Amino acid sequence: MFGARGGSVATTGDTRICPNPAQGRSNMARPSTKSMTEGEFGLSIILSALAFAALIISAKAYTQAYAFHAALFSAASAFAVFAILKRYMERPAELPPLEIDGKPNYNLGPVKFASIAALFWGIAGFSVGLYIALELAYPQLNFDLAYINFGRLRPLHTSAVIFAFGGNVLIATSLYVVQRTCRTRLAGDLAPWFVVLGYNLFIVIAGTGYLLGITRSHEYAEPEWYAILWLVVVWLTYFFVYIATVARRREPHIYVANWFYLAFIVTIAVLVLGNNTEVPVSIFSSKSYPLWSGVQDAMIQWWYGHNAVGFFLTAGFLAIMYYFVPKRAERPIYSYRLSIIHFWSLIFLYIWAGPHHLHYTALPDWAQTLGATFSIMLWMPSWGGMINGLMTLSGAWDKLRTDPVLRMLVVSVAFYGMATFEGPLMSIKSVNALSHYTDWGIGHVHSGSLGWVAFVSFGALYCLIPWVFDRKLYSLKLVDWHFWLASIGIVFYISAMWVAGIMQGLMWRAYTEQGFLEYSFVETTDAMHPMYVIRALGGALFLCGALIMVFNIYRTLASKGVTESGRAAVAAPILSPAE
Amino acid sequence: MSLSIARRWPGHRLFETNSIWLVIGIIGAIAVGGIVEVVPLFYLKNTIEEVQGVRPYSPLELAGFNIYVREGCYLCHSQMIRPLRDEVERYGHYSLAAESMYDHPFQWGSKRNGPDLARVGGKYSDDWHRDHLRDPRAVVPTSIMPGYPFLEKTPLDYSHTEADMVALSRVGVPYTPEMITNAIIDLKAQGTPDSDNVDAMLKRYPKAVIRDLKVDQGLLSEADALIAYLQRLGTQVDFSLYDDKANIR
Repeated sequence: MFGARGGSVATTGDTRICPNPAQGRSNMARPSTKSMTEGEFGLSIILSALAFAALIISAKAYTQAYAFHAALFSAASAFAVFAILKRYMERPAELPPLEIDGKPNYNLGPVKFASIAALFWGIAGFSVGLYIALELAYPQLNFDLAYINFGRLRPLHTSAVIFAFGGNVLIATSLYVVQRTCRTRLAGDLAPWFVVLGYNLFIVIAGTGYLLGITRSHEYAEPEWYAILWLVVVWLTYFFVYIATVARRREPHIYVANWFYLAFIVTIAVLVLGNNTEVPVSIFSSKSYPLWSGVQDAMIQWWYGHNAVGFFLTAGFLAIMYYFVPKRAERPIYSYRLSIIHFWSLIFLYIWAGPHHLHYTALPDWAQTLGATFSIMLWMPSWGGMINGLMTLSGAWDKLRTDPVLRMLVVSVAFYGMATFEGPLMSIKSVNALSHYTDWGIGHVHSGSLGWVAFVSFGALYCLIPWVFDRKLYSLKLVDWHFWLASIGIVFYISAMWVAGIMQGLMWRAYTEQGFLEYSFVETTDAMHPMYVIRALGGALFLCGALIMVFNIYRTLASKGVTESGRAAVAAPILSPAE
Repeated sequence: MSLSIARRWPGHRLFETNSIWLVIGIIGAIAVGGIVEVVPLFYLKNTIEEVQGVRPYSPLELAGFNIYVREGCYLCHSQMIRPLRDEVERYGHYSLAAESMYDHPFQWGSKRNGPDLARVGGKYSDDWHRDHLRDPRAVVPTSIMPGYPFLEKTPLDYSHTEADMVALSRVGVPYTPEMITNAIIDLKAQGTPDSDNVDAMLKRYPKAVIRDLKVDQGLLSEADALIAYLQRLGTQVDFSLYDDKANIR
């Protein structure tokens, strides 16, 4: 499959390079007969076969849920074949040129799709999060229904915000940044579309699967074997598109944001493959059993789980920081050497930190101690990165007063610093003895995910969407509203969870004067109720902010005509260290 | 710009001008930690120790385990008692690695919205569990657990239990061919106290609890399987005989 696509990239790529614009035009003018590329032909054949195979699997599936998924795969594949053929019928004989008049002819279609998909999934993920927060405060909201009970909705929430919202932000920004910083058109013709659409199909399969009770029960790695198989194909294509684009760059150096994106793409591939060694019950069954059990399974899961945080939610979004903060502030990166140290020490140290999720468990002590030690060391590169991001504003701090988008980006970096200080603290064994199993952990991940990941994503999307759609952002005032609502929401959320977590941890270990445990378990749960209500309020505010963003983007895209400044931003970008 | 960068730190030039070396460097940097922490776990004595009494799940318990996984119970209930004074007093002896050696996947959990379940087996009656699953607030008035009334209304689908056990034997669970061929007979026997197959079943799965689940009348439900699983949790090891110094952590 990749052979065919890779071949098409190479062949069409070579013929399309036309350094001399005059020659390029003469090429186009020459009459040529239209023929399918190897990629179009090969992908159509493969997807047709997949559509047929999935239909057979659907008919013979063990469960209705799996039959539904196979049918969905089949329909999506058939639709993709139809779309490829339709595109072929409608396109001119020549593929889009790599350059027009000496300027790179950027491929922005997949970027546009992924950035809008990110907005959609963001709202979905935040809403489900709010709902399960309310379920914990008011359990009647489970309505005794299988499909919406907490145990099934919680993975839907985590996957929707991390992989659907975060993943689409990462794909959109990476496919944009790699083109701009390499000054070249994205490699591949169908491949970038395959990545974007294939990834979103994976999200739909995974998300509906949770509601139907299809899960591997590994946190943040719940999708079953067939969804993962599909993801691996999509992800490797993503890697090849990315590396091929970097390889044909017209800049001598690979810009620092691309290092982080590459580390994110490569490591996620390694982690997903490592954590998904499993044996399916049958090709007609959605169920699989992991190769490892007990303590080995736990260690490998948290090696995966912590580095999903480290490489998906950190390295990927640091790449966004390294491009969008300097771009928006119109200042170069603060320190070039710091970014080198930041990069290598971060990726080397992060991978060790997994065992801090397993303190005082049946995992051997030495592994726990090693995990805690590296977690504490990790504080240094994390803050190095934060300093590099914040100090980039040297000489441009006044812009924080006037530009709420930049403010969002900068506050996200501040939250990154806070969360990466709290993390090492919680990985100390005696602190962890109190914090583990409590809402402190929930508060910690949300200060990272709402404060850092979501804010840097919002900031990037507020920049990216006007750039790629060639529009002026509808209202900065609304961005201001989004910023403040979301910020207040985060404060409600994380302070409620700190109180809840520390209180419950202390109540579990409280003794009476006679030496008996003071509280039954359910008494500690009762004490959480007010905190759960405040948390839900925080989540509601955060969701309101995101809805304002969607309205703002909608009005931006709906505005007729291209504004002067919009044109200027795309046609003549202000030079930054990225270029 | 690029010239000045190279002059500032020439040693890094290789990685930032060659994408292949950059990828190789990334893979090298991320490989070390994982290898050091994961590989020894497959050799160290206390992570692969076999403790007397721990046996694979019986077919009915396995069906219950799969329902536990399906409903995402691990998201609110841990199964890992830490060796801390309050936990040992609240829940019982700290968890051993061996006690989850047949859990594919492991169910240690990471958050306690409800109590730890590693040793819940035998603490409450079957009837209590039945009431509790149907309506948690009927027995614990301020519980925040979702109700699972649909479990007792859904007949247990055991048509693929054999296939499940074959897959598990492929990943290392010592299910013998005899156990696999008798999967459904054993599953039914565990819910039929007066069945002729009970003795053979107990020989294959020592200490399995036999209860009357009205299998003949077709009333075997998902709740029955889940309760069979819950009632087994943490009951395998006899801690009056366990030598905790034999395999020091």
